[in-house]
Amino acid sequence: MNLTLAFDLLLAAALLWSGWRSLSTPRLSRAIVMFVSFGLLMTLAWARLQAPDIALAEAAIGAGLTGALLLDTYGALRRRQHQENGA
Amino acid sequence: MKPWTVVVAVLAGALALIFAMLDLPAPAFDLLPAVTTHLPASGVEHPVTAVLLNYRAYDTLLEVAVLLLALIGILALGIDADPVAPRPVEAMLSILARLIVPAMIVMAVYLLWAGAHRPGGAFQAAAVLAAGGVLLQLGGLIASWSAPRARLRWSIAGGFLIFLGVALVTGLESTLLQYPMPIAGRLILLIESGLTISLGLILSGLFLLLSRDRKNEAP
Repeated sequence: MNLTLAFDLLLAAALLWSGWRSLSTPRLSRAIVMFVSFGLLMTLAWARLQAPDIALAEAAIGAGLTGALLLDTYGALRRRQHQENGA
Repeated sequence: MKPWTVVVAVLAGALALIFAMLDLPAPAFDLLPAVTTHLPASGVEHPVTAVLLNYRAYDTLLEVAVLLLALIGILALGIDADPVAPRPVEAMLSILARLIVPAMIVMAVYLLWAGAHRPGGAFQAAAVLAAGGVLLQLGGLIASWSAPRARLRWSIAGGFLIFLGVALVTGLESTLLQYPMPIAGRLILLIESGLTISLGLILSGLFLLLSRDRKNEAP
């Protein structure tokens, strides 16, 4: 088995695994981190498929911007919960 | 016992889908030769940009309209104009933002310019600009948006308006979005420059509008 095929198979497995983990994990923070790593792995997959345009957009929007929005939402949710517990 | 049956069923379904995909006949026509033969007439050298902004410019116009509508939808939800308490910011993050954001702006301009002959283009450049905007907000260097003023509103809508204007002029002259050949490259650059700024503002606006801490929610 040559090296590129091994890399591709590894990449596909990692994609499936991170996607499954981000859906199945009970902790919200871990799900977000898994989602961002899924986006970065997806970037690699697009680059391997020789679609650098989509890879660039996926890295910036899929992993970066969406990740920032999800993390911000998580922070807001946690603050609200904190406040309700404190009150 | 039950999870295993689900896994087996899902695997069987996936296998069936894969075999169905392999069984599909090859598409009757190949678009690649059509794209490559007309590339010199498109005004750009990179096939992806040629497809996005020349052959299929109408699709791109509608995509931009959808993004603009998304931001208008958030604005329409109503955002309270209370002054927001500035949140405490780590000094490291603020310094990092100061160092990186100028480089990101240069990167965005490069991506915009590179779009004509290699991977890049308005969407990617705008995404980099938007990430810069998010970084500036996280670093405490700019405030979250409350209600955008007239100048910001015009900048947000500007890219779409330029695109629409070009579509109208070409529509009146000949066919909708069929650029006259000698100035096709310049028209695409004009549209892409407008789109970069507007889409950058729209994408970062999604974050800057939604990330506002309500006054009573401040940590």
